[in-house]
Amino acid sequence: MNFTNFGKYILLLKAVFRRPEKLKIYVKAIFQQMDFIGVGSLGLISIISTFIGAVMTLQIAFQLVSDFIPKTIIGQVNRDSSILELSPTISAIVLAGKIGSAISSEIGTMRVTEQIDALEIMGINAPGYLILPKIIAGITMVPVLVIISMVLSITGGYIGGTLSGALSSAEYIEGITTSFNPFTISVALVKAFVFGFIITSVPAYEGFYVKGGALEVAQASTRAVVVSCISILACDYLVTQLML
Amino acid sequence: MIEIKDIYKSFGENEVLKGISGKFEPGVTNLIIGGSGSGKTTLLKCMIGLHQPDSGTVEYDGREFTQLNFEERIEIRKEIGMLFQGSALFDSMTVEENIMFPLNMFTEQQRSEKLDRVNFCLERVNLEGKNKLFPAELSGGMKKRVGIARAIAMNPKYLFCDEPNSGLDPKTSIVIDELIKELTEEYNTTTIVVTHDMNSVMGIGDYIIFLHEGKKFWEGSNKEISKTDIEELNDFVFASRFMKAAKDKF
Repeated sequence: MNFTNFGKYILLLKAVFRRPEKLKIYVKAIFQQMDFIGVGSLGLISIISTFIGAVMTLQIAFQLVSDFIPKTIIGQVNRDSSILELSPTISAIVLAGKIGSAISSEIGTMRVTEQIDALEIMGINAPGYLILPKIIAGITMVPVLVIISMVLSITGGYIGGTLSGALSSAEYIEGITTSFNPFTISVALVKAFVFGFIITSVPAYEGFYVKGGALEVAQASTRAVVVSCISILACDYLVTQLML
Repeated sequence: MIEIKDIYKSFGENEVLKGISGKFEPGVTNLIIGGSGSGKTTLLKCMIGLHQPDSGTVEYDGREFTQLNFEERIEIRKEIGMLFQGSALFDSMTVEENIMFPLNMFTEQQRSEKLDRVNFCLERVNLEGKNKLFPAELSGGMKKRVGIARAIAMNPKYLFCDEPNSGLDPKTSIVIDELIKELTEEYNTTTIVVTHDMNSVMGIGDYIIFLHEGKKFWEGSNKEISKTDIEELNDFVFASRFMKAAKDKF
């Protein structure tokens, strides 16, 4: 995103946060988007998180072969990696692909078929009506999905570890309950909040300023996912640096 | 009444509108005609605020529009109805929801009142009972008629139509033209139609502005257009052999 685009992005956000014409309609749209972003992504996030947790446990167990390191460490490493990095970041990147492309294509198609012009002619603040419910749904539902992902990733680690015989059930449970720092949850939730904003606002921006036709909508959709992923990783670094 | 004065608009080096002025009265069908690239859609977009003119003014019954900010424009925009070239119906909504949308946004009416208004508008465009269909289930002509129904839902003082006949067969085009003319006369709206359809020009053009290379070349009525000797206008209006023959005959 160059500086011109960044400036346009900020101006779009300014328009997004104008006072809504009718709160009732916006609230309805927010719930629809929460259903789409939250409930609609639950299955995918659940599957990915469980498998990542299981694979993480196996890989940690594979690398920690020393007799001097207790096996409970495997649970501990899996817990902290899942909470701090894997659940927020991997979930966000997966959601950027799933939700980001959908948002960009939806708004882009509305742009090229003059539906956004129609909204503006009616006197409706199109950025607010189209983007605000998505952003609010994103910043509320992505943290919820991340919490679910954390739980499932740790559960997946338990299943993977015990099924493979890498460690016992007791060792894993001792590992995940030892030296737990609740602040890691706060860090993860801040990340999830920021990622939720990026996943919804960046694709909305890409879609909102599409010019052309079907090809340009598709290109905007691809660009939305790429820019979102890079922004997520950059913000991941920034939040980690600031909070840990 | 809408009055435009000395509208200029450029995109980079490309000067699209070069000082267009005109006065569009209510109760008559005002047409903006011209070939592709003549600037008619740009002029329309400048008039409704989708483009900001480089200079010049647009007045809605004496209210200067171009200098207003977003919030101030909303009040005028609530009085505007627009039929888009591609109808611009909201894909995810049914016909009923499309027409009810501006009512939901800007009125405090009960649902039954809004439904009555939707049914009235649908009846007005001869689409009774099509409430629950989605835009994807409609033909091109039906989409245009739903577009008109949505445009008139809020009883607009100003009605804009961008290429209302594009992509329609001649018979449906006439139906749409007659509907626009009827609504204009019935509700005394200030109606502006951008078109290059010659049937529309001859059929409903009470006041016509002809644009050529971004300039206003001619203005007058459909009765006067056949008598003009302006070469650019004759080349445009009577481009087909049929129209030439018709002109020679009458």
